[in-house]
Amino acid sequence: MSLLGDRQQLAYIAAQAADARVNVELETEGMTLNIGPQHPATHGTLRIIARLDGEQVLWADPSCGYMHRGYEKLTEVRSYPQVTALVNRIDWLGSFANEVPFILAAEKLMGVEAPSRAQHIRTILFELSRIANVTLFLGDLGVQLGAVTPVFFAFRDREYVLNLIEGATGGRFHPNFDRIGGLKDDLPAGFIDETRNVMKKLRGFCDQIEDLLFGNEIFQSRTRGIGVIPKDVALQYGMSGANLRASGVDWDLRRDQKLPLAYDKVDWKVITHPDGDSFARCWVRLQEVRESTRIVDQLLDTSPAGPIMAKVPKIIKVPEGEAWVSTENPLGEMGYYVVSQGDMGPFRVKIRSASFNNISITPWLLKGVYVPDIITILASLYFILGDIDR
Amino acid sequence: MNLATLLSADLPYWAQSLLRVLGGLVAVLLPAGTVVYLFLFKMMSFMQSRLGPMEAGPQGSMQLFAEVGKWLQKEDIYPARADKFIFKLAPLIVLASTFLLVVVVPFGPDALFTDFETGVFYALAVSSVSVLGILIAGWASANKYSLLGGLRAAGQLIAYELPMVLAVVGVVIQAGTMNLQQIVVAQNAGSMFGFSSLGNPYVITQFVGFIVFMIAVQAELTQTPFDMPIAESELVSGYMTEYSGFRFLIFFIGEFATAGVFSMIASILFLGGWAVPFSWFGWTTIDSIDNWMNIVGPLILFTKMIAVVFFIMWIRFSYPRFREDQLQKFAWKVLIPVSLANIMVTAILKVAL
Repeated sequence: MSLLGDRQQLAYIAAQAADARVNVELETEGMTLNIGPQHPATHGTLRIIARLDGEQVLWADPSCGYMHRGYEKLTEVRSYPQVTALVNRIDWLGSFANEVPFILAAEKLMGVEAPSRAQHIRTILFELSRIANVTLFLGDLGVQLGAVTPVFFAFRDREYVLNLIEGATGGRFHPNFDRIGGLKDDLPAGFIDETRNVMKKLRGFCDQIEDLLFGNEIFQSRTRGIGVIPKDVALQYGMSGANLRASGVDWDLRRDQKLPLAYDKVDWKVITHPDGDSFARCWVRLQEVRESTRIVDQLLDTSPAGPIMAKVPKIIKVPEGEAWVSTENPLGEMGYYVVSQGDMGPFRVKIRSASFNNISITPWLLKGVYVPDIITILASLYFILGDIDR
Repeated sequence: MNLATLLSADLPYWAQSLLRVLGGLVAVLLPAGTVVYLFLFKMMSFMQSRLGPMEAGPQGSMQLFAEVGKWLQKEDIYPARADKFIFKLAPLIVLASTFLLVVVVPFGPDALFTDFETGVFYALAVSSVSVLGILIAGWASANKYSLLGGLRAAGQLIAYELPMVLAVVGVVIQAGTMNLQQIVVAQNAGSMFGFSSLGNPYVITQFVGFIVFMIAVQAELTQTPFDMPIAESELVSGYMTEYSGFRFLIFFIGEFATAGVFSMIASILFLGGWAVPFSWFGWTTIDSIDNWMNIVGPLILFTKMIAVVFFIMWIRFSYPRFREDQLQKFAWKVLIPVSLANIMVTAILKVAL
């Protein structure tokens, strides 16, 4: 109990006491509410079983697996180039970002490194998928809190980013563009100018959302001080990404790790927030979109010329060994532990996806909150079902 | 022969009642619902950077009829464990509340359905009937989300009934009557500091009351930021979850029509209602008003209603939602003290001046 925040601890004790008292007097009982598997706030098919006393949550338990697609097992019967088409579908809003850690793990096993231009373009696309992902989060946040307008702005502006991704890769949602040793293609003509325009628009979108939503008193009263995750608890539950940074932990794999990506060639900063509440999590994500647009802008200027593919054999066979590569994906740390036995496909792949760990905190976090706050907290934790169930 | 004498003299009582109900439906509620719905749909769409309905009719103007057609074709479903009679009754009660509210609204010097001496009192009383409909809709659906929504609605509507009544008390004190028609006359025949070309719309003197009233209306209509009973993202439309087809349509139309009717009442109480300032045409009392105001009056009232609805919906589409306890806190700790203070100040000034 010492790990609980004061407010939650008091609320929990009060709720238990009230429950006991009411039970003695009126012989009432609590109500078990199934939030999901079909519920608009769960972004898919997450089920949260909540025991309620009135509108207060006594305990809540997430139950996942309704959308399990078995990607870890499926990778065992695919060759390496085929796997990217699968893992695209894990976090379906930031697809390209799912491919990169797997490809990097395979490259690590083969001892190949992509040429500098490929690394730059990878980073650009990585950040574009982060922007596409978080942009939708910012709009969806409004819907979860009852403001219907921001989501339309979010869909409008995400469209520009999806057009860019489509222009470069040919796929709006599932690019399947990353290859071992580089990329499938070079950037198309006109991409750089168009991207600059879009980045400008997105900074405008961030300002708009900040005005429309983050500055709103009701939004602040709904999110500030709600769902507080202290630093140590966040670390114990293995949280990552913006959720962790919002608790004041300065941890970003883009900066802390030496990977063949171009993050060390540009000037950007890691955003943290000391509060750890729902507002902090949303705020950190908003600022990260801004930072991402800055990263993309700089990479557009500094991309070197050159080949986009290293020398790799036509038929890829990965030598025996094991490799772990994780990157800072839109939702948090995403990593692949690839075990190879020298075949054309991996022997075993363990996928560490961010949302699965991020929602593991919900039983702790939802104790003592009200039903509307469940929605706020879930929205601010920002999970994607594909990323939980894989 | 004008409408009032037609409705009061020659016909038997049942025929009068029937005519009034049909009049309320055909003459007011349907056009109000349709126009409000279309206007709002387009307005909302432009706010949200999209076009809105475009296919049904020119610029989507027939959208409401298309939707009614769609809803009518749907299967009439009710949950297996629902209390069927009450389940079917609930939308009708909500709609009846809207009907009963229209009955007292004056549209012109003679264009009115009833001339209650205690019209304000009646309007505020029947507007709370809809709570009953919502509560039993939530209860009869045999659904936990609906139950939560229904209970939230009951708590919220009761909390906001009080500030609404208290806000109107200021108007009643100032006008010295509870008759809605006479409140309209008092506003337009009055003058501010001897300057009579604008009349004396109470939105100026009762500004605090107007704001409190509009907030309470927003809550009464369960529109964002007070839409916890519906709350699509939490309770999946709350008490409406289990309703489909025609019953859902009744709830849906009722929501927009009630918004329209409440806006009419707001414009009667605070914005001068159907009339123009009497000094424009040299009128002094209600009897001296020219007969053409019976045609123009409803249009003026309608324009004011659209303006008020615009503000209601503007708030609705741009604000997030309160939490239940925050809403209660806001009603009891802010709105009620403010409106009580408003009543005191109004009463003191009324006696002093």
